[in-house]
Amino acid sequence: MAPHDNRRPFKRAAISDQQKRRELSLLRQAQNRRDAQQQARCLASSILSLQSAAPESQPEQSDIELETVPEAEQESEAFSKDLDVRQASKLRGPEVRKWFARQLMLPEWMIDVPDRLAQDWYVFARPAGKRCFVVSSNGTTVSRQRNGSILHHFPSALPAGAKIRDGSGSAQSYCILDCIFHELDQTYYVIDMVCWNGYSLYDCTAEFRFYWLNSKLEESGACNAPSHYHKFRFSAVPVYNCDQSGLHAAYTGVVPYAKDGLLFYNKHALYQTGNTPLALVWKDENCSQFVIDTDGKGEIPSQQQVVLELQDDRKLVTSDDPPVLFGCLDGDIIEKSGLHTGNLLRFAIGDGGLSFVDGKLEKADLIYLGKSNRARAFADSYSKGFQLKSL
Amino acid sequence: MEVTQVLFNAQSIDGTVRKNAEESLKQFQEQNLPGFLLSLSGELANEEKPIETRKLAGLILKNALDAKEQHRKFELVQRWLLLDATAKSQIKACLLQTLSSPVFDARSTTSQVIAKVAGIELPQKQWPELIGSLLSNVHQIPAHAKQATLETLGYLCEEVSPDVIDQDQVNKILTAVVQGMSASEGNIDVRLAATRALYNALGFAQANFSNDMERDYIMRVVCEATLSPEVRIRQAAFECLVSISSTYYEKLTPYIQDIFNITSKAVREDEEPVALQAIEFWSSICDEEIDILEEYGGEFTGDSDVPCFYFIKKALPALVPMLLETLLKQEEDHDQDEGAWNIAMAGGTCLGLVARTVGDDIVPLVVPFVEENITKPEWKQREAATYAFGSILDGPSPEKLIPLVNVALTFMLSALTKDPNSQVKDTTAWALGRIFEFLLGSAVDLPIITQANCQQIVTVLLQSMKDTPNVAEKACGALYFLAQGYDGEGESSPLTPFFQEIVQSLLTVTHREDVGDSRLRTAAYETLNEVVRCSTIETAPLVLQLVAVIMMELHNTLESQKLSSDEREKQSELQGLLCGCLQVIIQKLGSSETTKYAFMQYADQIMGLFLRVFACRSATVHEEAMLAIGALAYAIGADFAKYMPEFYRYLEMGLQNFEEYQVCAVTVGVVGDISRALEEKIVPYCDGIMTQLLKNLSSNQLHRSVKPPIFSCFGDIALAVEEYFEKYLMWAMSALQSAADLSTHIAGDDELVEYTNSLRNGILEAYSGIFQGFKNSPKTQLLIPYAPHILQFLDGIYMEKDMDDMVMKTAIGVLGDLADTLGNHASSMIQQSVSSKDFLNECLSSEDLLVKESAQWAKLAISRAISV
Repeated sequence: MAPHDNRRPFKRAAISDQQKRRELSLLRQAQNRRDAQQQARCLASSILSLQSAAPESQPEQSDIELETVPEAEQESEAFSKDLDVRQASKLRGPEVRKWFARQLMLPEWMIDVPDRLAQDWYVFARPAGKRCFVVSSNGTTVSRQRNGSILHHFPSALPAGAKIRDGSGSAQSYCILDCIFHELDQTYYVIDMVCWNGYSLYDCTAEFRFYWLNSKLEESGACNAPSHYHKFRFSAVPVYNCDQSGLHAAYTGVVPYAKDGLLFYNKHALYQTGNTPLALVWKDENCSQFVIDTDGKGEIPSQQQVVLELQDDRKLVTSDDPPVLFGCLDGDIIEKSGLHTGNLLRFAIGDGGLSFVDGKLEKADLIYLGKSNRARAFADSYSKGFQLKSL
Repeated sequence: MEVTQVLFNAQSIDGTVRKNAEESLKQFQEQNLPGFLLSLSGELANEEKPIETRKLAGLILKNALDAKEQHRKFELVQRWLLLDATAKSQIKACLLQTLSSPVFDARSTTSQVIAKVAGIELPQKQWPELIGSLLSNVHQIPAHAKQATLETLGYLCEEVSPDVIDQDQVNKILTAVVQGMSASEGNIDVRLAATRALYNALGFAQANFSNDMERDYIMRVVCEATLSPEVRIRQAAFECLVSISSTYYEKLTPYIQDIFNITSKAVREDEEPVALQAIEFWSSICDEEIDILEEYGGEFTGDSDVPCFYFIKKALPALVPMLLETLLKQEEDHDQDEGAWNIAMAGGTCLGLVARTVGDDIVPLVVPFVEENITKPEWKQREAATYAFGSILDGPSPEKLIPLVNVALTFMLSALTKDPNSQVKDTTAWALGRIFEFLLGSAVDLPIITQANCQQIVTVLLQSMKDTPNVAEKACGALYFLAQGYDGEGESSPLTPFFQEIVQSLLTVTHREDVGDSRLRTAAYETLNEVVRCSTIETAPLVLQLVAVIMMELHNTLESQKLSSDEREKQSELQGLLCGCLQVIIQKLGSSETTKYAFMQYADQIMGLFLRVFACRSATVHEEAMLAIGALAYAIGADFAKYMPEFYRYLEMGLQNFEEYQVCAVTVGVVGDISRALEEKIVPYCDGIMTQLLKNLSSNQLHRSVKPPIFSCFGDIALAVEEYFEKYLMWAMSALQSAADLSTHIAGDDELVEYTNSLRNGILEAYSGIFQGFKNSPKTQLLIPYAPHILQFLDGIYMEKDMDDMVMKTAIGVLGDLADTLGNHASSMIQQSVSSKDFLNECLSSEDLLVKESAQWAKLAISRAISV
């Protein structure tokens, strides 16, 4: 029997970089598998019914909830609704796009001046950039674009937004912010606050939400310059009352970001998901560089385009609720192109444009271009078509 | 057949003669196995035959009983067991007879063959008289027979597991061995054989070590043997002490003082092979105490399995000076010798382990040595001081170390550039790397690296990359840890301003003329990988530029032709490194939406290169390219489909590579990546993939570690192709079912428990994927017949109480998936299962967040299934 060799690694790392690569790959694969499973578990059917099922199963859930004080019940309802947003932020694929698209409050195009504009409305200059949901929870922050795709996954100074702040919030502490990510200065401009530190603001008026946003955001340190545990700067936008001076300030005032139109928010409106006439957007060449559609290369296509949803009776409708009928599609095209109900289709608006009678669409000159981009989750709204026409 | 002549020819220098002889031996073995083995054992036993043919006969016999590959070994064992009984007993008689041969080589080979036969037969309760007849040999004269018998007992203990031999026989074996070891044994060879045999027999001595008297006796004999005049006996005795230190740590208290005296004398005065073992004893004690203390998690609970006796802490004041002395015994240029292992290296390594065991306490014992020696004119003193300092950087608290490091840093940076001795520079660079590895990013307010010195550190390290290969390699290593220290740094890292310069320098290193003969090139690429991994978004454009550079390098390796086999091996190594580097870059750029799109422009070209790489034959290269393709598929998503027609055959080849099972394992993982990327577009390739995966599962040639991931992969595929999986459902489910049956109960050691849990996890992930894949499909009812067995499996593993958190999470998730997909079809089944009650409740109150999350999902899914 030969002597036993007990030599140990000398001045070398315990594991090779190759082993490290292998392990990191396995880790990534495990994470992706978990994401895929999680996605499958939360596919539209479950997630939506989960929302409606939550109140019913509340007595059962009480063993998970820690508090039993009366108002906890109210909160847990809001919590279960928000919980879905947090779960959903882990999803992938087409379902998540649909799901997220339904969560943001989407302004209509401003086609007339609302009554009591000066008294009941706010105005602010919309920063140019990607509209997204920023969700902080469990020591990490994820931003999701309107189509559900992840923009960033990062640590932030938001409550529960980074690993260090373990002492500061319970497991139920989390935030959901409605933001626009401004590429140039790498800043998240917060245009609305949906949940803060576990507290739901869905059912609060815009007035309250904006007040809360301005005081809490600053307080949290999220507006500070980026650091190790805070990768991106957050910033509130200056919001004005919709009187003459406020409008003037929003329209011409200097802001640290590139403007993309003006947003109008009704002070008394709650945070309502989907299209709402209580939030409006205005764009013209003075306050937006993107007043009309541009293609991927930034060039203006020769004809303006709209995206409409195909219904089972061949009708083409907008994303409004109720949907507005824009026209009918030829059975021929449907067959040849293998289209199905629910497909989103892209149309060019022909020379005939849109004809309106008494403020209602009478006829639209639509030219079928093809299916819309896969990342698209919903049709354009009626008001977009309208503003195109008025240009 | 004239076997002697053939065995002679089989050792001929003439290739043709040798080949013919080997061929005829092979034929003989295949046509008449008993005759073949008999004539070999006859040759081995025949004292008139030449030594060369006897030795070879023994060797071939041994190879006919055992093999490295599991499946081959299994075959050989079966063949032996089925052999004619008369032939077997004749062979065994020959073997036992040969143990008394006066020819040393014949005896020595025979003892190994006997142990192999014992390894097969004793677990089957065959050859019961073996140990008895060996023991009766021990009391025989002549001494050479005694020596061979003790050697046989040693090999036997190595081959056979302790539970096969009853305690009575164990006692007799130990008695014989320990008697052979004792000072009263006059023959050196006998005593040496006995000491080496004890090393293997220690695992059988559990009961004897629990008995104070027997243990005292064994320990006394071992300690006496460390004082033998024969160096080989002293070395073997210290090896026994090393083995005892880990196997019987908790029994050492009464002996530790004596052992310290013996070891420290050996370290200071004995020959190197003995001194090395003496140091190893303390390293091994450190290993034990580090494990125990880690298990405590910092607090002594009193009810842990093994208590910590703090031997190292108690020995510290004497142990550390002894180890520091060894550091001064370094050899000239030992850093440049890849396989070197000497007393200074062993001593420094042990010092590092001691630091990890005791923490802060070691600092005041080492610092004076460092201060005294670091400026001495003799290089050995400077090197020893640096090595001592570097060794204690892992263990003590940052609060204790950082003030020291802040003082030392400037000195070290200057030593790395100016010290006249290359070995001092080598150790200095290594120690700097340790500083960065263990002290960067620690939560102490005192930073080591400031804006003021960052520039200098980078400059010095990059400068040192032009030094001799071993110094350059350590400088790369230091840079590796420097980069790692700033991983996760948000927008901007202090290294950002130097990124381009660092990458350029590393690429320059990879092109050094003298890079081929050392680990330097590997170190440079590994550092480049880490620099990329830890880079921030600010330097993403530079990482993007690197893609083209590395692609060009890989392209160049594919163009070179007519290489010698040596050059080809180096070429393969380089290709592996380049594929690894691309993998890291792809993963980095693919992880953010913005960089991903910019990267896409290279996807076609990169994929083209990878496909060419597969044409080269090297397992490492294939593995690296496969991993990189997995990362690519993840980054590209469904568009990866365009590469499938060409890539598919390499995927299949990878899945068929049983020999290099790492390649197979990695390929299985990549199938998962591709399934998730392609979703339903993977359908055209599914027949081939599923067929191969099912084949792999049923093969006993494939390394078992690949099987759990194959099951997980079923889940990935099912989730991707949804109800199209119907085609494979029956086959997949039957494979899953039999694996589930096998993995419900575990009987075995920790390793088997771990393996079984990974198997369970794979099975459960498959079930999850299948259930979720079929959800919302009209074919859901196809799954109903499988539900009872799956629930039974869940209940079964729950009842066993030996699953880890990972399995727990997956298992409770499967319960939810089953409820979610089958709904009210399964509600009564679910309600009857233990899993839906006790197991679910246990998971709901788990501390593990992932387990809890899965449990909440399961609870919801079940309540819906029941309420519908």
